[in-house]
Amino acid sequence: MPLKATTAPPFLTVLVRGLLAGLIAGLLAGAFAYVAGEPHVEAAIAIEEAAATHVEPAAGGHNHEDALVSRTGQRGGLFLATGLFGAAMGGLLATAYVLLSRRRRTHDDGRVGLLLAGAALLGAVIVPFLKYPANPPAVGDPATINQRTVTYLLMVVLGLVAVWAGSLGYRAVGSEAPTWQRAAAAAGGFLLVTVVSYVVMPSFQEVPDDFPATLLWDFRLASLGTQVVLWTGIGLLFAALMHHDRRRRAAAALPST
Amino acid sequence: MSTSTSSQPLVHSAGSTRLLWTVLATVAVLSLLTYLVAFDQGAVSRSGMYLHELMHDGRHLLGVPCH
Repeated sequence: MPLKATTAPPFLTVLVRGLLAGLIAGLLAGAFAYVAGEPHVEAAIAIEEAAATHVEPAAGGHNHEDALVSRTGQRGGLFLATGLFGAAMGGLLATAYVLLSRRRRTHDDGRVGLLLAGAALLGAVIVPFLKYPANPPAVGDPATINQRTVTYLLMVVLGLVAVWAGSLGYRAVGSEAPTWQRAAAAAGGFLLVTVVSYVVMPSFQEVPDDFPATLLWDFRLASLGTQVVLWTGIGLLFAALMHHDRRRRAAAALPST
Repeated sequence: MSTSTSSQPLVHSAGSTRLLWTVLATVAVLSLLTYLVAFDQGAVSRSGMYLHELMHDGRHLLGVPCH
């Protein structure tokens, strides 16, 4: 029996594939954000600066006119941000993959990678986004930034807990039950945690009255799209790299058997 | 090609304790990297607000609270 071919690869091998998948996906997400999001960021900054000429910005607030980094630099820094963030997320996905390897019930690496990326997109992005949607410059009170950062991070954790509750519900209903019952249990567990979190967590109403609603919507759509590109990319690339790796290992193991 | 029907347990190639420490160190480093991109305002990076400003657009478009 060619046991070597099905042996789990070492942690560092998986980690390197996760980091690589994340870096590439991050750069792709950066390209999407540059095309789809940058025009809205520029428009929002123009509004912010028009407002700043009337009212002196509060202490601690951004002033984009004498920023340390020029606007051109910030547009290029977008790729640095999404690339590094993507690599970090890919590495964390690879770590989760290894930690869960003892408990998972499938040997299909691609399936596991895609499921994990989907779970991360739902729990760590979509659930927090619907409670605390992304804001362009000129939206958001600098005085509440610490509070908003803490509640946002908490919401990311709660979103992941919601996905975990969903998977618990799915497994609680035995595999001999019809699919719709398992799906209903999964949706029930996920929605229970999500709805309770939404009710319990504080809300922030900080959009200025005169901020264009269409600009806000377009920016938020571009922001969500950036995360969707990122996680779709991480899932697909990680699955592809693991698949390639398994095939290579299987081929290497063959002559010895 | 597909091994999803196989029932044999997955074999760990690294010792459990060593794996645990490697995993913990990895999570710590990646969390620090995430913090630098998404939340730092110069306290950790020691670059003042330079890195914060450089990655300003990315932070907004990734949906992290910025200001």
